[in-house]
Amino acid sequence: MASYLLRRLIQSALILLGVAFITFFLLYVLPADPVRQIAGRSASPETVANIRRELGLDQPFIAQFLRYLGGLLHGDFGRSYLQKTQVAELIASRLPATLLLMAAGITCELALGLTMGIAAALTKGRFTDQILMMTSFVTVSAPQFVVSLLLLYVFAVQLSWFPVGGYGTFRHLVLPAVTLGILGSGWYARMMRSSMIEVMAADFIRTARAKGLTRARVVLRHALPNAILPVIAMIGIDIGVFMGGVVVVESVFAWPGIGQLAWQAIQRIDIPIIMAVTLVSAVAIVIGNLLADFIIPFIDPRIKIR
Amino acid sequence: MAFVAADPTRPAGPIRRLLRRKLAVLGLVVIALVVGGALAAPYIVAHAPDEQMFDGLTLEGAPMAPSSVYLFGTDLLGRDLFSRILYGARTSLIIGVVANGLSLLIGTIVGLLAGYFKGWIGAALMRFTDLMMAFPALLLAICLAAIFQPSLWIVALVIALVNWVQTARVIYTETSSLATRDFIAAERTLGAGTGRILIHHILPHLLPTIIVWGTLGISTTVLLEATLSFLGVGVQPPTPSWGNIIFENQTYFQSAPWLVFIPGAAIILLALAFNLVGDALRDVLDPTQRGRG
Repeated sequence: MASYLLRRLIQSALILLGVAFITFFLLYVLPADPVRQIAGRSASPETVANIRRELGLDQPFIAQFLRYLGGLLHGDFGRSYLQKTQVAELIASRLPATLLLMAAGITCELALGLTMGIAAALTKGRFTDQILMMTSFVTVSAPQFVVSLLLLYVFAVQLSWFPVGGYGTFRHLVLPAVTLGILGSGWYARMMRSSMIEVMAADFIRTARAKGLTRARVVLRHALPNAILPVIAMIGIDIGVFMGGVVVVESVFAWPGIGQLAWQAIQRIDIPIIMAVTLVSAVAIVIGNLLADFIIPFIDPRIKIR
Repeated sequence: MAFVAADPTRPAGPIRRLLRRKLAVLGLVVIALVVGGALAAPYIVAHAPDEQMFDGLTLEGAPMAPSSVYLFGTDLLGRDLFSRILYGARTSLIIGVVANGLSLLIGTIVGLLAGYFKGWIGAALMRFTDLMMAFPALLLAICLAAIFQPSLWIVALVIALVNWVQTARVIYTETSSLATRDFIAAERTLGAGTGRILIHHILPHLLPTIIVWGTLGISTTVLLEATLSFLGVGVQPPTPSWGNIIFENQTYFQSAPWLVFIPGAAIILLALAFNLVGDALRDVLDPTQRGRG
C-alpha cells in the first residue's frame, strides 16, 4: 500500500511536470507575439527588443522553461504581462470564488443526479424511469453556455428572482451553481441508476427482503449506502470536465473566479496567467484522480489495488 | 428469404435490433433531418445566409421576431435566421465528421499500439495519454483556438487534439485483453506478421467499440465546436455556426431571445440525437462502459 502510494505520487508529479512543459511549449511557439501586445503597434524596434529582454523572451526555450520551473518551486508564477502584478497573488485572490462555486456546483449535481438515479432505479423500465433517463440524456447533450443563458433569461431577466451576474451574496451563487448542477446531473444519474440496480439484485438484498423488512428499510438502510459510495467517489474523476464547465459558466455569470481570469488572459495573450490557471486546474485534476484511486478500494474492498 | 425469416432461433441483426428501439429511431430521424436540411439548404431557404435584407430590421433597427416571412426571425444585421441555422448545420456536421474522425483515428492508433506493444512503446504512449487526461480539455481547446487564427479546419484540428484521449484508453484496454488471447498466439505461431495481426485479427474485433465511440464522439465534438464558437475563438463569422450565431447576437439576448434559444435548441437536438443513437448502438453491439463527455 505504502509503495503504491509513493509510486502514484511520483507519477502525479511527473504528469504535472509534463503538463507544465507542454503548456509552456505551446505558449512559447504561439504565433501571436505578446511583446507587440504590451508595447502597442507603434512601438519602436528598440522598445520591443527591450521589453523582450526584460521578460526573458530572448533566451532559448529550455532556459526559459527551467527558469520558470525554478520560480514555481518558490511559489512564484511570474508577473502578469499586462496587469504588472504577481500571478500568484491574482490566482490567490480569484481561487476562493472558484472553490465556492465548485463546492456549490458539486453539491447541486450530486443532489440532482443521485435523486434522479435512485428514482429511476426504483422504477426501472417504467414510465418515470424512461422520463428520467431521457432527461439525463438531454443534460449531457446541452452545452454549458446554452443552459447558463436559459437560466439567466428565465430566472434573472424574466422573473428577476436572482441577479444577472456578479459575486457577493448567496443569491449571486444560485444560478451558476444550479447551471453546473444540471450539466453534471445526467452523468451521475446514469451511474447511480446502474449502481443501484446492481445492488438491488444482490444476495444480501434478497436476504433482507426475506427477513420481512419493509421496502423503505431495505432501500434506505441496505441498498442505498452500498450503491451510493462508489458513485460519490467518481467526483474525483469528474474534476477535469467540471473545470472546463467552470470557465464558461464564470464568463457568462461574470463570476470573478480563475475561469474568468483565464478567459480574460487568453483574449489578451497574457501568458503567465494562462500558464498558471492551466497548472492549477491540472493540480486539481491530478488530486481528484488520486483521491478517487485511493477512496474507491477503501469503500469497496472487492476492488484491489494493483 | 422467407426461409430465413421463418427461423425464430436466428438472432436479429444489429441494424434490426437498433431499429426496434424507439429512442434510437428518434435520434436517427433527427440526424437524417439535419443532414437533409444541411445538404438541401440552397433549395429550402428563400434568402442567402449572409444576405442583409432591406426589410430585415424593425424601424428602430432591432432584429425581427419569428413570422411567416422569416420563420425564425432575423438577426442583428437583418439576416434570415432560418437560413443561417440551416447553413450552420453544415458547419456542425463538417466539424463533427472531420474532427471526430481525426480524433478517432489518433485514439485508435495510440490505443492499438499501446495495447499490443507492452514494452517501452506501450508504456510511453499510455503515460502520454495519462498526461493528456490531466489537461483541462476545454481550457486547452480555448487556449489553442485563441492562439491560432481560427478557421473551420483549425477548429476541427484543435478539437481532435483534445478529444482522442478517451478513445485511446478504451481501445487500449480492449487491445491488451485481445492480445493475450489464444487465437492471437496461434496466429503468431503460424508466422503472421505484426501488421497482419493488428489489422486482420485485432482491428475487426475493435470495430463495434470504434462505431459506438465514433457516434458518441460526434455529440462531444458538436458541443465543443459550439462552445468555442460561442466564446468567439471557434468558427469565425460570417460563416454561420450555431455557436457563433449566439456569440454575434448576445447583445440582443434580452429583447430578442429567439436569436439565442433557436440555435441553442438546434445544438442540443443534434448532440442528443447522436447520444441516443450511440447509446443504443452500445447496447446492441457491445457493452463496454462509457465516460462523461
